[in-house]
Amino acid sequence: MKPPPFEYLRPESLDELCVMLAGTENAKILAGGQSLMAMLNLRYVFPDVLIDINRVPGLAGIEIKRDRLRIGAMTRQRKIELDPLVNERAPIVAEALHLVGHRQTRNRGTIGGSLCHLDPAAELPTIALLHDAEIEIAKEGGRRTLPIADFIVDYMTPGIEPNEVVVAVEIPLWQDGHGYCFHEFTRRHGDFAVASAGCLVTCDASGTIDKIAIAVGGVSTVPLRGVEAEEVLSGTSGDDATVEAALSFCDGLDVLGDFHGSADYRKHVARSVLRKTLKTAISRARDRLGGLN
Amino acid sequence: MSRVVGHPKHRIEDPALLRGNGRFVDDIALPDLLHVAFVRSTVAHARIIGVDVEIAKDMPGVHAVMQAKDLKPALMSLRMPLGASPSSAQNSSTPFVLSDKEVAYVGEPIAMVVAHSRYEAEDAVAAVIVDYDTLPVVTDARVGAVVGAPVVRTELASNVLNKLKVEFGDIEAAFSDAAHVFHDDLLQHRGCGHPMEGRGVLVEVRPGGNSLCVWSSTQMPHDLFHALSAMLDLDENRLRVITPDVGGGFGPKYCLYPEEFALPAAATILGRNLKWIEDRRENFLAAIQERDQYWSLDVATDADGRVLGMKGSLIHDQGAYAPKPVNLPYNSATAATGPYIVPAYSVDVSIVHTNKVPVSSVRGAGYPQAAFAMERMMDLIATELGIDRAEVRARNLIPPSKMPYTKPLKARSGAAMVYDSGDYPASQAEALAAAGWTDFPQRQAAALAEGRHIGIGMANAVKGTGRGPFESGTVRIAPSGRVSVFTGATAMGQGLATALAQICAEELGIEAEQVTVIAGDTAFSPLGLGGFASRQLVTAGSSVHIASKAVAAKAIKAASHMLDVPEEELELSGGHVRVKGNSNRGMSLAEVATRLRGAPGYAFPADVDPGLESSIQWKTDALAYANACHVVEVEVDVEVGHVTINRYVALHDSGKLINPMIVDGQIHGGIAHGIGNALFEVMGYDESGQPLTTTFAEYLLVTATELPRFETIYLETPSPMNPLGAKGVGEAGTIPAAAAIISAVEDALKPFAVRISQTPIVPETLFNLIQKGRAEMAARGEAIS
Repeated sequence: MKPPPFEYLRPESLDELCVMLAGTENAKILAGGQSLMAMLNLRYVFPDVLIDINRVPGLAGIEIKRDRLRIGAMTRQRKIELDPLVNERAPIVAEALHLVGHRQTRNRGTIGGSLCHLDPAAELPTIALLHDAEIEIAKEGGRRTLPIADFIVDYMTPGIEPNEVVVAVEIPLWQDGHGYCFHEFTRRHGDFAVASAGCLVTCDASGTIDKIAIAVGGVSTVPLRGVEAEEVLSGTSGDDATVEAALSFCDGLDVLGDFHGSADYRKHVARSVLRKTLKTAISRARDRLGGLN
Repeated sequence: MSRVVGHPKHRIEDPALLRGNGRFVDDIALPDLLHVAFVRSTVAHARIIGVDVEIAKDMPGVHAVMQAKDLKPALMSLRMPLGASPSSAQNSSTPFVLSDKEVAYVGEPIAMVVAHSRYEAEDAVAAVIVDYDTLPVVTDARVGAVVGAPVVRTELASNVLNKLKVEFGDIEAAFSDAAHVFHDDLLQHRGCGHPMEGRGVLVEVRPGGNSLCVWSSTQMPHDLFHALSAMLDLDENRLRVITPDVGGGFGPKYCLYPEEFALPAAATILGRNLKWIEDRRENFLAAIQERDQYWSLDVATDADGRVLGMKGSLIHDQGAYAPKPVNLPYNSATAATGPYIVPAYSVDVSIVHTNKVPVSSVRGAGYPQAAFAMERMMDLIATELGIDRAEVRARNLIPPSKMPYTKPLKARSGAAMVYDSGDYPASQAEALAAAGWTDFPQRQAAALAEGRHIGIGMANAVKGTGRGPFESGTVRIAPSGRVSVFTGATAMGQGLATALAQICAEELGIEAEQVTVIAGDTAFSPLGLGGFASRQLVTAGSSVHIASKAVAAKAIKAASHMLDVPEEELELSGGHVRVKGNSNRGMSLAEVATRLRGAPGYAFPADVDPGLESSIQWKTDALAYANACHVVEVEVDVEVGHVTINRYVALHDSGKLINPMIVDGQIHGGIAHGIGNALFEVMGYDESGQPLTTTFAEYLLVTATELPRFETIYLETPSPMNPLGAKGVGEAGTIPAAAAIISAVEDALKPFAVRISQTPIVPETLFNLIQKGRAEMAARGEAIS
């Protein structure tokens, strides 16, 4: 379990990084290394060049500008989890991060690394999808921004070119007091989820759901938005019967089976996880609404 | 009055280990070391048509690529000797050092790359091209046992390695007289050992080239020493085998392995120091596992649930080879009746090869399966007859009045199987009381009213410990006054050094910290067996105990001469022989040892032999039987089949405890292993024999977040079988765990009338059982309570 031979590069600036990306073939970017190092050691990947971006300044940091939370790609997951602003304005991000690996892996793992790895069972891509995040991407001589829905192309395939690097993720914030829940079923704490689900929701003064976002992870090749479930619940009180109706969205999922669960079982677990997620999020929306009033 | 023995004390080993100052195989530095990586079979069964090493041997850093034919000049045979056996003879089921004709499991070593770094060695391994002609594969022992099944290795006429019958009593009468007969088919999967440190071998070619020192992360350095001496035709005086610090054994390091022969052979041929450290993937592919047993049992009872007889069959998956005598299924079959009176018993055992990595012991070594089988049958009797599960057991337990109790069976030594001591009914009663067994139904009903499914389960276990025939113990006081203990037992992380130091210190009147224990080095201990069968404290401990007493007596005798004080007026304390009642008068053990070292021509104390030391090889053919009762509370999330363990009470009677803190650690670890066996650990293979779980992301070991708080209770019924009164403890925690947990899960699912006949029970399997229960109830028109 030693990695195959590779050339190691360590840029000291974003410009240098972009030049390196433009000038190399079959390069892999090393961020926190929590997935890549294991994949290298198992010889699942054979990059010719490993570009270590841990010394590139300006890629880490958390800031809120108006109603958007901007997190630098190299920000460690543990840093985000403990950040007071994140906990206050986007509490679901912290709730989900509690479930990402273990404290030790979160100390090294980065948000950009997780998004680019794009494991369908990982928490952060699902969270980004739920929040309609935008991904900031840089390359030599240019920058662009990609909506998360376009960034998620296919199984472990992000929508970036070999000469590009993710520099930040921008998360549109929901109004204060919104309901939220991220919940998952894993065999052990910190494992990739058999199924996971996230929900953001706000209610008006009468308790009617006026805005809701739903996403599930772990069951398909990519994390998925539950658009149909959102439509079922929008404009309702989010009572148990409506929640049950919304769950039928799971029936149409194209679910993958693996050693830890057949497709049928995963679909069932997704329903169960989503039910708990929706109920908690809706109830929190009501409670927090009450609290704010 | 015991000063040192019986008291909890921190382990002497720990400061070095916790500060990173341990010395494991991979920590040992040798000059001009070359590193080895193995080319392993990628298919489960094939004829090897050719091995092309041309590209690999010219790659950067590669020193040599060696196949069987290249090692042959250094080896008496390419076939391995049978390990841990009285004859050491090879047979048609012992593995090969390297395979050159046929491979029978994924992971079987075919060639080795010797390079300047492990990185370069692995690069070259990837460039070795093996041409396979694939052959039919057997992955299920039940299929392999059928006449006409494809053979696992073409040299075999049949996959059935052995058949045996374990029986006693009049089984036919038992069943014809029975009021009830109950049947179950059980599937038991054990999983692997998974020490933190995998295997590893380091070979030093001593100057001159014809002496070897071999370090191996093994439980059996002496077995390896003798096998290597024979295989390399090497004079015993030119070979030394050392087990350095070991990061866990758990059974898989009990066997002799191909790598332990390939490296010394290659080192001899190349004249170079070599190192191979097993990585985790190799550990999954090529280290011993204890895997599958299939039991089919009928139990006959009277009207009150008293067992009259049990009969059935057991198919044991042996994997591709048998590196040592196959004792596990015999352990299982002879241990199944456990702590119960079973008047008649008959089980047909079939040991069947499959195209999977060889099977031998993992912590518990056949006993957990036995306990699971018996305890599941006890629960079945209780459920079918509507009797409390604890009551059914109480009716069948061997009462203390019948101790010692002889099972009409023989231990491996040929000695009668005699349960030497213990009070099983009292053990069960105390464990149940501690766990609140009798008021659980109320708690369960209250939880169910809230929609929560909680359950309680229990299991008893008996484990034969302290397996002989002997273990060595030498106690030596040097002229410096330093005290050393040398033993053929192997320290593999359990705290053996601390326990032996305590036993020695107790007799010599010193502190345990003043004793250095040297274990597992054939240069210091010519005789030894090693670590297996929860034996080391009992066997090596007894030797050290007797040797320490002898050294103490000798010190007093010599000092009596030197001080001119009668022996009975002398005592040992604080590293001195002192005159009783006059603490100023005496002499240090160093002075006594210096005198007994001798000086040219000077007279010796009369009637005293040279050297302040004693060597004892305490012998036994009998086992000291430890017993346990575990009671577990679980909660099942019936929506997804997830089990949470809420409470765990473990009562153990392991005789006299030398260090209760170490015992607690052993029991905790044993239970954790059992929880893994019950709920998590699956070593998966697909139909072509490809292992599916080769990382810890796929093979789920329990971690701290899955473990409940353990409540341990200890009874100390001394064993009359050894001078310490001790019984082994290393495996005891594992044995009843899975049975107790499954019993609790089944209890939690009473509303669905679920019967669980397998380990592990993973969420999807449990979920499917719950759904089946729901469907059956719906079909009967019953409502789920």
